[in-house]
Amino acid sequence: MGRMTFVLRRLLQLVPVAVGVTIIVFFMIHLIPGDPARTILGIHATPRAVALLHREWGLNRPLVSQYWLFLDRLLHGNLGLSLFYGGPASSLILSHLPPTLWVITYASVLAVLISVPLAMIAASRKDGARDHVVRAVPLIGLGMPQFWLGFLLIYAFAIKLHWFPVSGYGAGFFGHLRSMFLPSLTVALALAPVVIRSLRASMLNVLGAEYVTTARSKGVPGPRLFLRHVLRNAVIPAITVLGINIGFLIGGTVIIENVFAIPGLGQLMINSIFQRDFTVVQGVTLVFAIMVILLNLLADVAYAALDPRVRFSR
Amino acid sequence: MSVIPLIPEPGAPGAYEVTTVRAEPRRARRWYTQPALLSGIVIIAIILVLATGAPLFSSYNPNAQNLNATLLGPSAHHLLGTDQLGRDTWTRLLYGLREDLRIAFIAVLFPFALGTVLGSLAGYFGSWADTVIMRLVDVVVAFPFYVLVIALVFVLGPGERSIYIAITLVGWVSYARIIRGEILVAKRQDYVLAAQSGGLGSVRIMGRHLMPNVITQAIIYSMSDIVQDMLAIVTLGYFGLGVPPPTADLGSMINDGQNFLSTHWQLTTIPGLAVVVVGLGLSLIGDGLADLLRPGQA
Repeated sequence: MGRMTFVLRRLLQLVPVAVGVTIIVFFMIHLIPGDPARTILGIHATPRAVALLHREWGLNRPLVSQYWLFLDRLLHGNLGLSLFYGGPASSLILSHLPPTLWVITYASVLAVLISVPLAMIAASRKDGARDHVVRAVPLIGLGMPQFWLGFLLIYAFAIKLHWFPVSGYGAGFFGHLRSMFLPSLTVALALAPVVIRSLRASMLNVLGAEYVTTARSKGVPGPRLFLRHVLRNAVIPAITVLGINIGFLIGGTVIIENVFAIPGLGQLMINSIFQRDFTVVQGVTLVFAIMVILLNLLADVAYAALDPRVRFSR
Repeated sequence: MSVIPLIPEPGAPGAYEVTTVRAEPRRARRWYTQPALLSGIVIIAIILVLATGAPLFSSYNPNAQNLNATLLGPSAHHLLGTDQLGRDTWTRLLYGLREDLRIAFIAVLFPFALGTVLGSLAGYFGSWADTVIMRLVDVVVAFPFYVLVIALVFVLGPGERSIYIAITLVGWVSYARIIRGEILVAKRQDYVLAAQSGGLGSVRIMGRHLMPNVITQAIIYSMSDIVQDMLAIVTLGYFGLGVPPPTADLGSMINDGQNFLSTHWQLTTIPGLAVVVVGLGLSLIGDGLADLLRPGQA
């Protein structure tokens, strides 16, 4: 199977998932107790405003035609009007997208930089003291509230040591790099336990492979063996692990943006919740799901590009 | 897997005796010799005693304000000091733990049940049931966990009931995947084929024959799921979407404390530390259970 066919096939598989996602996001209106328009607009809403929202969402039509209306607008890039600001929700979402993408990318890079060496240390001597220490990390890390970890880092590195700003997005490339180090580190640290666990397992797998034994018997020195033979083959699974956990990564970003006051989609989501801006919450939820789907696809494609066995085995 | 050979009885030709031969003796390891499991149980037991017996370990009311004693440091009267409204932090910590643990332990039951039922249907019947349920799983996992939980709780309105509904709707997928995978393997085994050829109904086979064999994995997973639910509850509390105030909740305690981070760091750190300890205890139990229930696989 060629590379293009593989990508096309994966794209086609995504269509039903994407449709399902829009159905769930659409149904969010109908989970609102009572008359959704009245509940959202609050008790002081004028009958006219309620009627307007009814018309906008087509609430008096049958459910299926409401969904078609929603889908039709969606395909035209229309996520509805923000109930708080009045402008289109889509432009609000677009303007908040860059900081979120920054944090996601930055955190992924940091997660790899943290996980790969630790997993290597653990795998290099299985069941040794260092292995036990590295394996204990997830026990503590997985039970840690991310926003709380963020506060610890703020306290240590921003308030006490003044190495990084307490909050904000920063200006310019290097400003972003500095301002968003702590938030990205928080997300990366939360993600690292999961990545370390699977990387360690896949490295142990590679270490048992015949080509490693061959290299060893040829007398390839330890460090070189690890870098050239083991790491190269173990990093590919790491990409898959990152792909699988992309939802976790994005969820962490949503929370952390609020702790560090980064003007991204996560902050937009929580602010919109407090402003009871239903359309924006709905839109952000949809965009996050689409992001997960696309990044998953990206991870799959990267995996196929790096490992030719994937393309031919399906 | 146990092997069941049919050996002819030497005395009476034609009569068969069924003997069960264990493939290999299990490593005899009692639960109390399992260090991970034991330390996890001790941690959780201590926390449960402290949380359920909260009134015994503190003489204060968790919501009683005392504006003459705000933001005090630790002392003999106030073990962990007081918050910005003069409420005793130690007391609120105990009551907050009690509230969050109660919700987390209840919240894990619904996705466990729903996911187990849907996962067994998908795994046992296959065909369209499998397709529909697994497509649904694909759709739900496309949403980041926190995004969907936060959005659902917002839509349903803050409060305990919404937390249960949101966690159920999002959390069932992991159980469904685990149980389906286990059933796919188990349903090809001899004891299931025997039950099927004996004419037993599907419900009976799933409930009485398959379930005891496949539920282990789900139970092991539920330990880390309680941790995840607890984190979700604390996070919702932090955003003001959890248990409504003034009820003590670890998330809202952290939120209250964040304004005083530079001067009173203990208000933020202590409630989070409590969550970490709970998470550690439950993870240890989960790891220990995994070692105990599926030896050789860990």
